[in-house]
Amino acid sequence: MLSVVINIVYFMLSVALLFAFIRLTKGPSLPDRVVSLELIASIVVGYVGVHAIDTGVSSLLDVAIVIALTAFLTAVGFARFLERGGRKSE
Amino acid sequence: MSELIVSILLLTGAGFMILAAVGILRLPDLPTRMHASTKAGAMGAMMTMAGVAMHFADVVVFTRAFAIVIFILITAPIAAHVIGRAGYFLGTPLWEGTIKDELKDNYDERTHSLYSGFEPAPESVIPPTHKKRSEDDED
Repeated sequence: MLSVVINIVYFMLSVALLFAFIRLTKGPSLPDRVVSLELIASIVVGYVGVHAIDTGVSSLLDVAIVIALTAFLTAVGFARFLERGGRKSE
Repeated sequence: MSELIVSILLLTGAGFMILAAVGILRLPDLPTRMHASTKAGAMGAMMTMAGVAMHFADVVVFTRAFAIVIFILITAPIAAHVIGRAGYFLGTPLWEGTIKDELKDNYDERTHSLYSGFEPAPESVIPPTHKKRSEDDED
């Protein structure tokens, strides 16, 4: 039963990833893209967790920790860059 | 029994992720998109991690999953706040149905400073809250 559920969850996460990717390509402004990148990172954290259950390798959780950490740092770095970069109208 | 709980946690987490993705795709402007993606996305990741901790039922794995959950819980609001702030200062247009934008009257774009409404405002910024407050004082 768990393997069927894992396949369904993989599919659902893939659909979510696709939606977030559409917003990433379409997003009218740079902050929109940053927000969707953050969502993609947290979807990938979910992927890694499901994959850890699927394969039974619990060390994969370290990967999830690193992905969450880099996603946070990326968001803060992008925000600093945006605020220092001046106005959009210029 | 444990398998059932793990399945429910995983499915709910993936459902939250899909909700976040639909929200980020369908909602009209930056703050509402952030509203969808931050809360629902963090909830989805946390429920998935709870499912992982439940499945392995091991102290080491539980500690790691708990660390991830705490980390997401701490960093998601900070990241959302920082991006929202940057987006507002960039002048990202809000949805045309926006009812309330309290920063607009009190924020000076050129000097990049905020007014609280209590000090005498300069010529460039005339906050309506200021007027209302002085009327209240007369009463």
